[in-house]
Amino acid sequence: MATIHERLQNKPYSEYAYATRPSKITLFWRRCLIKQFYMFFKLNFKIMMMVVKGHS
Amino acid sequence: MAKVVVLGAGISGHTAALYLKKLLTKNDEVVVVSPNSNFQWIPSNIWVGVGLMKPDDVKFPLAPVYKRQKISYLQAKAIEINPEGNVDIAKPFVRIEYVSESEKGKLENITYDYLVNATGPLLNFDATPGLGPNHFTNSVCTYDHAEKSWQNLKLALEKMQNGEHQTFLIGTGHPMATCQGAAFEYALNIAFEIDKRKLNHLADIVWISNEYELGDFGMGGAYINRGGYVTPTKVFTESVLAEYGIRWIKRAGVFKVEKGKAYYELLDGSKHEQTFDFSMLIPGFAGAKIKAFNNLGEDITSTVFAPNNMMKVDADYSAKPYESWKASDWPEIYQNPTYHNLYAAGIAFAPPHPMSKPMESPNGTKIFPTPPRTGMPSGVIGKVVAQNIAHRIKTGKNEHPHKASMAKQAAACIVSAGYGFTKGQAATMTVSPIVPDWEKYPEYGRDINATVGVIGLAGHWMKLFMHYMFIYKAKAKFGWSLIPE
Repeated sequence: MATIHERLQNKPYSEYAYATRPSKITLFWRRCLIKQFYMFFKLNFKIMMMVVKGHS
Repeated sequence: MAKVVVLGAGISGHTAALYLKKLLTKNDEVVVVSPNSNFQWIPSNIWVGVGLMKPDDVKFPLAPVYKRQKISYLQAKAIEINPEGNVDIAKPFVRIEYVSESEKGKLENITYDYLVNATGPLLNFDATPGLGPNHFTNSVCTYDHAEKSWQNLKLALEKMQNGEHQTFLIGTGHPMATCQGAAFEYALNIAFEIDKRKLNHLADIVWISNEYELGDFGMGGAYINRGGYVTPTKVFTESVLAEYGIRWIKRAGVFKVEKGKAYYELLDGSKHEQTFDFSMLIPGFAGAKIKAFNNLGEDITSTVFAPNNMMKVDADYSAKPYESWKASDWPEIYQNPTYHNLYAAGIAFAPPHPMSKPMESPNGTKIFPTPPRTGMPSGVIGKVVAQNIAHRIKTGKNEHPHKASMAKQAAACIVSAGYGFTKGQAATMTVSPIVPDWEKYPEYGRDINATVGVIGLAGHWMKLFMHYMFIYKAKAKFGWSLIPE
């Protein structure tokens, strides 16, 4: 039996068929430890700054 | 010497109580009234709901923390506010009913100089017949609900391991429910756990939502600058659902649930059914049922509270069409306009209007999300209310130097989409401000440079990091106040 992913993708003209999907390289970067360590600090810093600036 | 009473010990109330104690003198008294004897870090309930954490991992008893902080703690619920006192008691007071085993049912009047209402949401399962853990659907709104969800999910997974097909229905269980984010991450975590067990071929996961478009999340959606395009969160959300093999039903107001079947109305007025083997649907939210009386004993509930039982604050509640909504309608200091020593923090304050555009089916059914208030703004509001009350007590002036409008503050939401140090994943979303400000940002309603929507392992680490960091902070351990909300 086809997986649910395959069933959704093989359904032309359904709403699901129009959804964007990540490419293989995107999936790779999402799990790349070097990039994700960098993102961890970058996003934490960004969120901290938002909290500090968000109230007086 | 002043006495401040805080109703509720969730993220907002607990934050307010800790800051009040920190900012006030030893002679001032802080009293917390909360029916729940535990603090719970609600964002991690998702992981309890898929069996990756135990309830004890997301909660801890409040009494020892308050004892150490010299905060009085009463395990009770507020049933009445008397902001003018009455013929017998000259000072304002709140009438409470104890819920602890030893004192269950005992009533007491607690006087106050300042009152913070941080009672959070009333989970209004009754608004949808058949909804909730006492009926036919599950919930992850509390740690015990989440634990029960995991027990039922485990049964569904066991059936799949025996070759049985299962349909999972996750989303909103009321036409005007909010908190789509929590349901969204539960759907993704279920899909992740099914995929981990290689049972995809036996699963049909359905996302059902009252949003006009996916990615609305009760905040009117947002725009993300990524990959050379500014795209709406609809694209982001549909992409994540499609990637996880989840199909969706949008613009749907669930109005009834029976065993294995949910009934919903679409925005076009048509009515449908969706069968399920396992379902987790978020209920509608209301404010805690607290009455208010003046010094003559007359009911003034409608003066203090909005019809949904949330407390009126310094917002513009005048009825306006969607096109006339402004960022300035939203409150800044969370002070009740009639009684200036009353404040509401977190989910307990009445928003002036939704953020999502109101929609109505031809049958007159309102189908759209009400405004969400996640942990981050709830914590910030709790802190700001505490700072302003402390300022008033110290100076004796009705001044509010600290402000935290949701139309100015940003929020981050980390949507867990799988657990594991190297295999986990989460979608990190930030918006600034939370409430769209179309006057300041005419193109996208928000600061496009501050809006983020990224998926990856880092998001999972952040959610896990925040779990431990905020529980540490909530326990008021060394340096707690240095950790931002």
